[in-house]
Amino acid sequence: MSTSGPATRSPQRPSDHGREGGDLRFVESTVKRRQRLSTGALIGVVALVLLILLPSTTGAARFALSDAFDEVQLPTVQLPGVVTVAACAALLLGAAAGFLSGRMTGRLPALAGTVAGFSLVIGFLTWAAAGRDLPFPVSNQFSGTLSLATPLVFGALCGVLCERAGVVNVSIEGQFLASAFAAAVVGSVTKSIPAAMLAAVLAGVAMAALLALFSINYLVNQVVLGVVLNLLAVGVTGFLFDQLVQPASSQYNNAPVLMSLPIPLLSQIPFFGNVLFDQTILAYLAGVSVLVVWLVLFKTSWGLRVRSVGEHPEAADTVGISVRGVRWSAVLAGGVLAGLGGSFFTLASTGSFSKEFTVGNGFIALAALIMGRWHPGLAAIMALFFGFVTQMASQLQTLNTPMPSQFLLILPYVATIIAVAGLVGRVRAPAADGIPYEKS
Amino acid sequence: MTAGSPPTRDPAPTAPPSTEGLQLRAITKRFGSLVANDRIDLDIRPGEIHCLLGENGAGKSTLMNVLYGMLSPDEGEITIDGRSRISRSPKEAMAAGIGMVHQHFMLVEVFTVAENLILGREEATGGVLNMRRARRIVRELSDRYRLAVDPDSLIEDLPVGVQQRVEILKALANDAKYLIFDEPTAVLTPQEIDELMEVMRSLRDEGRAIVFITHKLREVAAIADKITVIRRGKVVGVARPTDTEAHLAELMVGRAVSLRVDKEPPRLSAQPRLSIEGVSVANNAGALVVEDFDLSVSGGEIVCVAGVQGNGQTELAEALLGLIPISRGTVTLDGRTVTKHTPRRKIADGLGFVPEDRKHDGFVGSFSVAENLVLNRYDQPPYAKGPALDLAAIRGNAEERVSEFDIRTQSVDDPLTSLSGGNQQKVVLARELSRSLSALVASQPTRGVDVGAIEFLHRRLVQERNRGTAVLIVSTELDEVEALADRIAVMYRGRLVGIVSPDTSREVLGLMMAGVPTEEALAAVSTGTTEQDASATAEPGCG
Ligand SMILES: Nc1ncnc2c1ncn2[C@@H]1O[C@H](COP(=O)(O)OP(=O)(O)O)[C@@H](O)[C@H]1O
Ligand SMILES: [Mg+2]
Repeated sequence: MSTSGPATRSPQRPSDHGREGGDLRFVESTVKRRQRLSTGALIGVVALVLLILLPSTTGAARFALSDAFDEVQLPTVQLPGVVTVAACAALLLGAAAGFLSGRMTGRLPALAGTVAGFSLVIGFLTWAAAGRDLPFPVSNQFSGTLSLATPLVFGALCGVLCERAGVVNVSIEGQFLASAFAAAVVGSVTKSIPAAMLAAVLAGVAMAALLALFSINYLVNQVVLGVVLNLLAVGVTGFLFDQLVQPASSQYNNAPVLMSLPIPLLSQIPFFGNVLFDQTILAYLAGVSVLVVWLVLFKTSWGLRVRSVGEHPEAADTVGISVRGVRWSAVLAGGVLAGLGGSFFTLASTGSFSKEFTVGNGFIALAALIMGRWHPGLAAIMALFFGFVTQMASQLQTLNTPMPSQFLLILPYVATIIAVAGLVGRVRAPAADGIPYEKS
Repeated sequence: MTAGSPPTRDPAPTAPPSTEGLQLRAITKRFGSLVANDRIDLDIRPGEIHCLLGENGAGKSTLMNVLYGMLSPDEGEITIDGRSRISRSPKEAMAAGIGMVHQHFMLVEVFTVAENLILGREEATGGVLNMRRARRIVRELSDRYRLAVDPDSLIEDLPVGVQQRVEILKALANDAKYLIFDEPTAVLTPQEIDELMEVMRSLRDEGRAIVFITHKLREVAAIADKITVIRRGKVVGVARPTDTEAHLAELMVGRAVSLRVDKEPPRLSAQPRLSIEGVSVANNAGALVVEDFDLSVSGGEIVCVAGVQGNGQTELAEALLGLIPISRGTVTLDGRTVTKHTPRRKIADGLGFVPEDRKHDGFVGSFSVAENLVLNRYDQPPYAKGPALDLAAIRGNAEERVSEFDIRTQSVDDPLTSLSGGNQQKVVLARELSRSLSALVASQPTRGVDVGAIEFLHRRLVQERNRGTAVLIVSTELDEVEALADRIAVMYRGRLVGIVSPDTSREVLGLMMAGVPTEEALAAVSTGTTEQDASATAEPGCG
């Protein structure tokens, strides 16, 4: 048969026409190209920063794997400062070149990104720890990461549930604040941790109910609504704190504190035991929640419905699913998680509340959720990343690094910007995220 | 094409008691002051294919959405199998045995076929999905109705024809006794339409009732057992499948229509005015949606790009204006390369553009008719005096255009959203045609436009061609292509399949639209029956 004409494929059954994947050819789109180049440039800049720091690196960097109280004392690792920093800078330069050249295919970009991430952290820590009197406490770094990430994980999971159902939740911060406050007051009055946690969960759910009511039933713009709810939480907790709690703080602001709960045997493992299995009940719960949220979203019929109302509410409606009902249930379930996250601020620290003391963690959870592409597992990893950077900033402060402490404090936010710059654009939100569903 | 005479059958094979069937009585539905359905009566019986014929905006979808519980009627009564019931939700409608294949598919794009099919009726044990059982159900349904689908493919990866099968299976999974197909043929090739009709016939023969909504007369004649014609929300008549198309068209539109546009033979310019050489366009994901496309259009001719929706035509048109970037290839206008010019510069270069989605890309709805008529030139004399607008000039221009293009509006100061679709499209065309052009690119110029306006728009496009402009029209409506084209370029999966003359038979075009190269398509058809389709004469094809 003739193969003239541009379509050289053999004739197909008419029903096989169309865009069916496979033999479509691909080129790099402008969006991808811009992303690749900006990622490369960003990594390149980081490499240059390390090179600039190189001359001020002196001596060896020591990393302590155990702290003084551990039974099994692990050795302190010593890295040659200049060599390590230089090697990390070289790896970063390599990764940057890889991205800029555009010749990486398959898994290579992900690998290069990972290598760049590790080089950045190790290179930077080595520079900071080199020539100091005290070794850098590695296990502190990791266990601190976990505990800082705990509320972030809860918050991000709350966001995952809401936004998968099509309700944008920027009021995670307000939910945290309300539940932290509830935990402090109820914990102080009852002296019971379960009661405090229950109160926190109820507060989180109450805030979620406000979000659901106004966004789902009254179709209020969800971002504006979220901002208002945050202000409401600040206002109400602040008012009650001044009027009620502050004057009688021993009575109302003196909740019991969660003890860490070492898991028998597992917590005895050198290094890892200390990091992973000597945490509070809330940290374990956060870990379990990631798994549960994933299972529920992707393996149950409720999860299927949640995702369908977030993607195409009309389609869900035509098969007899109550869009409002499913959205309500998802937002309320998210409220439970946000409540647990909020209780952490009170119960895992001093047992007392102070004004606005969730300090933007709700917003960082939101960032983790977006960078984690609305996926429970990835969002949790992003939460850990933020925890890691925050913990590193506070560790470095105690090491007397030659860096102003103000800079250390903004480190987590700088990291956010860098991570977002590298990742955003590749994300795809649920199609109906933030769009109210209206029937006539 | 389809079997010539529709099988005439006795209604209701099992001679049921009069209670069986579905009756709509005096259904009225208003949207604000607009009466979308005005006391509509309709009888639907098992074992019949009932065609609901009407122009765009006649109220067909509204009526069916009322029946399916998506909208609640303001007045009226519905009786299903002898029981009076108005469904307040799709759930109730489904329980009453009603299923619907929606005009805009109700499928979750990021779900698999199986997930879409079980949504709302999940196969689950203790809340945990049983996807193995779901897949089995999909395979069983797919075998039983001979509608091939793969349970595990993602909807977004499937061609529209297959997506439609999933929609049909969804309704059948529920064992719907009354099946509504809302304009199911709009997205299909002629051959796929034949397949769909076979499916509808076999479903009818099983004793189901089929409601088939369309505005294409050809299809009605091929398949209907009964025909109800709706115009402006009212039932204007019932017709028999044996009635002539001209009669049906008159019922539907309210007057005699002829879509045959009178054209003299083209007087071509010596040089092509618009040429497209080796053009490739990538979408956001980087997939090449237009690949190595070559086409040149001379002044004084209309070239139509035909093809099933989603084969890269939209992107081609947008890339020509510069709304999305061209990855490779060149575009020249009157010999000058304009490939990388911004839309603004292309407009200055003499390119006119009528976008596919006029609401989104064609006008600013809240602006007045007058303002919309100068959107592409508001900053140039005579409409601008320095940095200020010359409102008098803008008004004057508007008055002229409104009378020239017969734009039905109360005043040129009315916001464009207050106009009907056809008049909105006239505003867009009037704006583009009110200056001298090298080339005009029009994407689906009559989609969603009433037949009266279609006639007018078609005449204006031909006039523009006679003025010596190179006219490139992208259309998925074969009727429109046949009415306007001097040459037809068929596009499939982003590539040019071939260029043929406008008297090529639909069968050949259909094969080409499915990717069969020109010679093969011609050969395949000439060995079979070569019945030339001359029925494009009196068919209002709106879209
Ligand atoms: N939800 C709605 N709100 C307001 N007007 C609507 C709505 N749905 C349809 N209409 C209007 O009702 C009329 C009938 O629409 P429709 O039933 O979709 O027509 P058809 O399906 O026959 O093309 C149109 O004028 C349309 O603009
Ligand atoms: Mg319709």
